[in-house]
Amino acid sequence: MASPLDPHAAIVTEAGGIDAPLTTADGQPLHRALARASRRARWRAFLLVAPLLAFILLTFVMPIGQMLYRSVHNDGFSANMPQISAWFAETEPGTTPDEAAFAALANDIQASAEARSVGIVGTRINYELPGTRSLFTSTGRKLRDGVEPPYREAMLEIDRKWGDPELWASMRNSSTAYTDSFYLASLDRTRDVNGDIVQVNENRRVYIMLFMRTLWLSALVTFMTFLLGFPIAHLLAVLPLRKSNLLMILVLLPFWTSLLVRTTSWMVLLQQQGVVNDLLIWLGVIDNAGRLKMMYNQIGTIIAMTHILLPFMILPLYSVMRTINPSYVRAARSLGATSWTAFRRIYFPQTLPGLGAGALLVFILAVGYYITPALVGGASGQLISNMIAEHMTGTLNWSMAAALAAILLGGVLILYWIYDRLVGIDNLKLG
Amino acid sequence: MTNTAHDDGFVVFDHVQKSYDGQSLVVKDLNLSIGRGEFLTMLGPSGSGKTTCLMMLAGFETATHGQILLDGTNINDVPPHRRGIGMVFQNYALFPHMTVGENLSFPLEVRGLGKAEREERIKRALDMVQMGAFANRRPAQLSGGQQQRIALARALVFDPKLVLMDEPLGALDKQLREHMQFEIKALHERLGVTVVYVTHDQGEALTMSDRIAVFNDGRIQQLAVPDALYERPENSFVAGFIGENNAINGMIDSLDGDRATVMLRNGDKIDATAVNVREVGQATTVSIRPERIEFKPELMPEGAHTLPAEVLDVVYMGDILRTRLKVAGQEDFVMKCRNTLGQARLTPGDSIRVGWHPQDARALDPV
Repeated sequence: MASPLDPHAAIVTEAGGIDAPLTTADGQPLHRALARASRRARWRAFLLVAPLLAFILLTFVMPIGQMLYRSVHNDGFSANMPQISAWFAETEPGTTPDEAAFAALANDIQASAEARSVGIVGTRINYELPGTRSLFTSTGRKLRDGVEPPYREAMLEIDRKWGDPELWASMRNSSTAYTDSFYLASLDRTRDVNGDIVQVNENRRVYIMLFMRTLWLSALVTFMTFLLGFPIAHLLAVLPLRKSNLLMILVLLPFWTSLLVRTTSWMVLLQQQGVVNDLLIWLGVIDNAGRLKMMYNQIGTIIAMTHILLPFMILPLYSVMRTINPSYVRAARSLGATSWTAFRRIYFPQTLPGLGAGALLVFILAVGYYITPALVGGASGQLISNMIAEHMTGTLNWSMAAALAAILLGGVLILYWIYDRLVGIDNLKLG
Repeated sequence: MTNTAHDDGFVVFDHVQKSYDGQSLVVKDLNLSIGRGEFLTMLGPSGSGKTTCLMMLAGFETATHGQILLDGTNINDVPPHRRGIGMVFQNYALFPHMTVGENLSFPLEVRGLGKAEREERIKRALDMVQMGAFANRRPAQLSGGQQQRIALARALVFDPKLVLMDEPLGALDKQLREHMQFEIKALHERLGVTVVYVTHDQGEALTMSDRIAVFNDGRIQQLAVPDALYERPENSFVAGFIGENNAINGMIDSLDGDRATVMLRNGDKIDATAVNVREVGQATTVSIRPERIEFKPELMPEGAHTLPAEVLDVVYMGDILRTRLKVAGQEDFVMKCRNTLGQARLTPGDSIRVGWHPQDARALDPV
């Protein structure tokens, strides 16, 4: 820190060499006067950003915190079923439910049915074990007329399913308000009868596959935008400003049209009776029977997303390339490098800050992309965000949506961290 | 460097023309022969075509017409990386993502030199510019003068026969610039390398060069050694561009070989040397250096014509006294006197008579 060139170094040594602390002209200690002078400036700066800070806290941080909280907290079962929840808390996982457990269950369902909350309870268990919501609601209806001991026999008489150990395992998993079961479910895992973490049935394993597909497709789209965007950005950077501004409008034009319009126009182009197929048939590349399927699958998602995200790659690249003095490449050429060597060793390394920023931007946007895969993706082109949306609006399992989103967020943050370690975030140039 | 073997044609521009837009010529019929080991400066105002000439020599621009020869071979179609010419750029163009050592290593790597030889050459080049301790620094961590030295070392590290410099000192402050001028000159003399140097700074050109080519309007106006250029300018542009100059307009009154008498507009007559005037009655501009003007009768040659002058102001500049005079109706006539012990101090309003040796007054083309 205190190098010979550091202007503070001289002050530090001077202060250290004098016994009495320095004072201002009117006798105040210097450090206190300095602190007061800079405190006022700090406060003024803080007041300037305070409105935005409050806005972000209210509209961004708090809802996201709320959402993340939901991913680990769901009291649909535990709040409405206090007695059986207490029994689960006292016993080990894998304990066979005894008479006391059935008594607690019957009383809880009866009370819940009277409070009209048994549907919520059923929905919570339904997340763990699909098809059980109706079991709770029908049992609740029957129990409202009263129930007599022995409870075990009474419950089994209402429905044989109450003896199913898997159902009891699901109830045990839901019996605490704070739970990891949504995160386990997001990774295609669950807790079995004995409380051990196991993979779910093969036909229910979707999330890990979707995460992998999302990462793979995002990486591919990022690479495609790089391949297409790099030459364009270079062209924009070397053209005279008047021409490059005109071209820049063409690059930005897609930004000014609605995302929906752009995606639907890709549908017009790519569908089997669409423009591209017609053109290929007209050119004789394919025959009418062999029309290419470029939509409602991954190819459609890749093409449309590459097009839509292209400007996010071009803009940072362009802004960095604009600042690279052409004399660097000239110097390399005069020093004996072929134009390819000059590009590879001199020009390309200097574009890395822009490339890194563009790649990070495109990748992060692609990982969270929703509308395009939903419209042109078909079954094989769906991404994890489509599943999150499905849980938000379809199954209404917000906890599950929150857990999936949190895993996605964590993944992006890890990538960001890796990028920081490899390239350095201060080397990022967004424009 | 002594002025020997200047015309063995190491670099030859043969009727070179250059046009960018197909409508006008930036370089008009350039003919120039540069000797091996020579330090040649292309001097001129911006837009005079000097940098274009340098870029054609480096291979970044192609000549529209004519040939450029390097060591006897036509290099018109040789790409820049095969010309083997070292170049120092105006902004240094040090690769910012490489250390100083890597910058110097680059030209050696692309030539396929082994690691041991590369390191040895880098060390030698850095020592040559007294930057041996800086091999691991990044260019951004160096001062302007240090970057300049590294750029110089990089252009020399692969032992080129020819080094081009495009206003390399333009970004430095005055003191550093003067220091670097001497260092570059010393390096040139030590290594014996041929240097083509482009600048618009006449002081720099006079200090460093073996010969100077003054460019204007796409042509070489005069190609000469520095003292000849200053003392014997061949036209009004060179006289006005190099150093301070008094220009008096008049008409040739009589002509006898290279001796001429010039009639000024107010009817006064002065003596001059005819340079590019041919006949009596022709309009001319007479060029006289301010330090060659005398006002003490005992220092003037016998029979010289003198002119009445009125002192307008005297500026004290330390080593010299710069006196502005009104001569022959012109108010921008400047006389410089050395500030010696006992030098007469003139005051504004004094009336004196000024004169000069006829060979110091050069009758040139009219401005």
